Amino acid sequence: MSKENWGSRVGLVLAMAGNAVGLGNFLRFPAQAIQNGGGAFIIPYLTCFLLMGIPLLFVEWSMGRYGGKYGDHSTPFILNSMSGGKRNWWKYIGVFGIFTNLAVAAYYCYLESWTLAYVWRSVSGAFSGQSPDAVSQMFDNYVSLGSTEPIIFWITCLLLNTWILSRGLSGGVEIAAKIGMPLLIFFGIFLAIRGITLQSGEAGAVNDGVVGLNYLWTPDFSTIWDFKVWLAAAGQIFFTLSVGMGSIQCYASYMRQRDDVALNAMSAGWMNEFVEVSLGAAILIPISVGYLGIDRVVELTQSGGLGLGFRTLPYLFQQWGPILAALAGMAWFGLLFFAGITSSLAMGTPVMGFLRDEFGWARERSAWAFGALVLILGAPTVMYFNYGVFDEYDYWAGTVSLVVFAMFEIVLFAWVFGMDKGWAEITRHADMKVPTIYKHIIKYVTPVILIGVFLGSLLSEGGILDKIANKDIHAQIAAATDTAVRANLEDKLMFVNGSRLLLVLVFALIAYAVYIAQRKREREGRVPVIHND
Amino acid sequence: MTTSALIMFLAANGIVIAVTVYFFLKVLRTAPPDESEDEGNFPRGG
Repeated sequence: MSKENWGSRVGLVLAMAGNAVGLGNFLRFPAQAIQNGGGAFIIPYLTCFLLMGIPLLFVEWSMGRYGGKYGDHSTPFILNSMSGGKRNWWKYIGVFGIFTNLAVAAYYCYLESWTLAYVWRSVSGAFSGQSPDAVSQMFDNYVSLGSTEPIIFWITCLLLNTWILSRGLSGGVEIAAKIGMPLLIFFGIFLAIRGITLQSGEAGAVNDGVVGLNYLWTPDFSTIWDFKVWLAAAGQIFFTLSVGMGSIQCYASYMRQRDDVALNAMSAGWMNEFVEVSLGAAILIPISVGYLGIDRVVELTQSGGLGLGFRTLPYLFQQWGPILAALAGMAWFGLLFFAGITSSLAMGTPVMGFLRDEFGWARERSAWAFGALVLILGAPTVMYFNYGVFDEYDYWAGTVSLVVFAMFEIVLFAWVFGMDKGWAEITRHADMKVPTIYKHIIKYVTPVILIGVFLGSLLSEGGILDKIANKDIHAQIAAATDTAVRANLEDKLMFVNGSRLLLVLVFALIAYAVYIAQRKREREGRVPVIHND
Repeated sequence: MTTSALIMFLAANGIVIAVTVYFFLKVLRTAPPDESEDEGNFPRGG
């Protein structure tokens, strides 16, 4: 099997930034900012970025390059190598780095396919002349599978992802990032300028775009002392940087050993921050407040930014006339699509890396296997979206797993592998001087923050324990007076529990595959020789 | 915009854009390592 590498440094940085930049940059961040202190949210947000995000980026990039040295391109055996190969259970913690990518890709590709469908709808004029309610209803019909359109776009999206992955890193993923990221930034700047320069009275706007920007950035400093705001900021940093997933380690494992990790990690991380803070905050809220007013937008953001992005914006774009509406729709959903596909491609590589490293599968075969697994695991999120299956995947795989894995990996890196060796890995061939304070932050501060985030997620109201007990659904069932509503909620409870069982089964199967791979390594004498250099 | 909102907006965007541009330019301007000097992968062995 030929050794795969990145074609260029810019390609690697753009692919890493594309991995981090996702739909959350444009849909989740502005909603979180509004709900957690407006402009003041940026203080806990950037603090978490500096104390948790950057340290995790340094750690994950270094882990990846370290794993690549031993020919490991997925987290089970990267963690195994870093633990000295003795503490065998670490490779089972590494299962998170495959499980998360597979389970998140399963629902994320469906979400990505919505953006592709909405590009088509925008360009074909499907929203033209529709009322706000009709545009909103179109989204409900879409996710209720009112036609074959969602299935067609979902399969198309899956095939596209699989085909790009089958072309390899430099021939597929890197090209997609080099095309997708500049286009995403171009579309983002176009929409941000349009949003900020929106004038009251222009095409039915009730406010200037600046009113929305003012609302989003007006600081409420009293929220700074609220633990929940810090938890929200830490959560946003997790989602936005794609840390705790295993995809960064995988991408970094294909670097050359003389390549820098420190500057590349900083560049990719800050590029993601630019897309989120500068572009993400300047599109959704200014345009929505311009047409709907502050109160309505606050109400809509309570359920996240997804509704605003898919139910409301397509209607608002129509106010700009048919040509600009088509262009704005194509730019908005196009940028969401590029944000999505550059992330979903990153989710494919750890699974492929594992199959190639451990079972000797060819690149094309492992890419199609990934596509097939996503199809099977994603089907319930498509078929039973309205029963909360999509949200369950998102919560357990896309939220809880990230925090758990990041908590373990930082402990492994700083305390098991050892901070002196870890620091040597971070600074080896670095093209920038890494501030020494990060050695102490990685060892003491980041683990404490991560444990705090985990405990906060576990114990807070509506947190992990409440989720496991299905408190919210039981409360809704108890409050339901209509028998049809009650029956629907009981069905939902069944699907929610079924989704969790399926996810546990997937985790167990991956763990079993890791066990088989370890046995195979032992039979073949491929036990890693760990060099203490 | 109110003064406090404007300050937060300009400060956050100023910091983020300046640091992003600084690091990306540094990536573009730093010469790649000589491939012939690559340390390569360590071998595995029993």
